[in-house]
Amino acid sequence: MSEHELVTRLRNGERRALARAISLVEHGGPVARAVMAAAYPYAQAHRVGITGPPGAGKSTLVTALAQEWRRRGVPVGIVAVDPSSPFSGGAVLGDRIRMQALGGDPGVFIRSMASRGRMGGLARATADAVTLIAAAGFPIVIIETVGAGQDEVDIAQTADTTIVVEVPGMGDDVQSIKAGMLEIADIFVVNKADRPGVDQTVRQLRTMLQLGGASADGWSPPVLTAVATTGEGCAQIVDAVEHHRQHLVRDGVHAGRTRLLAERELVAAVQELILERLRGQRWEELVSEIASRRRDPYAAASELLDG
Amino acid sequence: MERKIRVLVAKPGLDGHDRGAKVIARALRNAGMEVIYTGLQQTPQMIVEAALQEDVDVIGLSILSGAHMTLLPKVMQLLREQGMTDVLVVAGGIISDEDAEILKREHGIAEVFGPGSSTQAIIDFIRSNVQLTRG
Repeated sequence: MSEHELVTRLRNGERRALARAISLVEHGGPVARAVMAAAYPYAQAHRVGITGPPGAGKSTLVTALAQEWRRRGVPVGIVAVDPSSPFSGGAVLGDRIRMQALGGDPGVFIRSMASRGRMGGLARATADAVTLIAAAGFPIVIIETVGAGQDEVDIAQTADTTIVVEVPGMGDDVQSIKAGMLEIADIFVVNKADRPGVDQTVRQLRTMLQLGGASADGWSPPVLTAVATTGEGCAQIVDAVEHHRQHLVRDGVHAGRTRLLAERELVAAVQELILERLRGQRWEELVSEIASRRRDPYAAASELLDG
Repeated sequence: MERKIRVLVAKPGLDGHDRGAKVIARALRNAGMEVIYTGLQQTPQMIVEAALQEDVDVIGLSILSGAHMTLLPKVMQLLREQGMTDVLVVAGGIISDEDAEILKREHGIAEVFGPGSSTQAIIDFIRSNVQLTRG
């Protein structure tokens, strides 16, 4: 089957074609790029990134939010990213366990992805999977990641709206959001709001946001509470996503942000293509030389690029 | 980059014993495979839909409830209806030799691993029988 035919079938709502296309782009290379070229013009979706520390209830919240969108008649695609083992390269992807309530609904498509330890390539593969799901006609695509490292921040930034999930009692100063999470959040959700300490966590988040000053694009991130296991607060979160989407369009922020995301996509594609071309025997030799300090990485890079 | 083997590990039926499934999931991960674990009490429809969305190469079904002669053929029938006959399906659990023979011969289950099977035997079986060139 040609890449064009695959994309045509995917756009006609064939779930298996979509699933196969995602595998192809995940694998990378020329076939992946042909699939992307065919699908790219049709990908119109609002991308919602959800990140936060492990155990914050992200998968459960994603499920509850998807259910809320489904109640409103909106189809939802979900990409759930979990880490690969750095030792074996394998992974156990368990996000579907929490998403069983979405099973059997043709208006929902869930795909689990392993980070595969690619050097900087995770964001690219995830963004491509999101593009394909969007091209298949899902107007909302949720991306769920573990908020543990730079790659995850990158993924969150491939989203139009980024939700950062917190839980009460994560430490006096909301320790876990120090690493850049504050800056990327468009919406904060304090999940597990039936536990003690919610008010304090909400207050701390609001204080930290105020200390950070007004955001450049004039959006002040709301701090919402939720109990994902019961669905409490999810209607307000979906409303907030809708407000943020309107804000992006209305205030002309969208063009700037779209450009930013487009440039990021271009950077990722350039990186991938260059690396693909440069990797080879000489590459391996240079890696050895750098490892033994016989050569510095900049000199090696110059040699590879300048021939 | 070599293609990763993607495996769905699922527990059809109503028994709550998922230790075996988790041990297998971990062993396959340590062998470099990507394992999608779906949890307990999956209907055949849920399993096949998850396998379709995740585009897996292998499905591992763990069942200890005794309902394997109902549920496993149903999974195989749904896979055929979806045209997913190139997916390798293996089963594990308390399944008698006679039942295992029928599941393999009449329903297309590739192999049945009973109690005491080594995880290495399962890994080796998957590696030698998986079709990574699915069309």
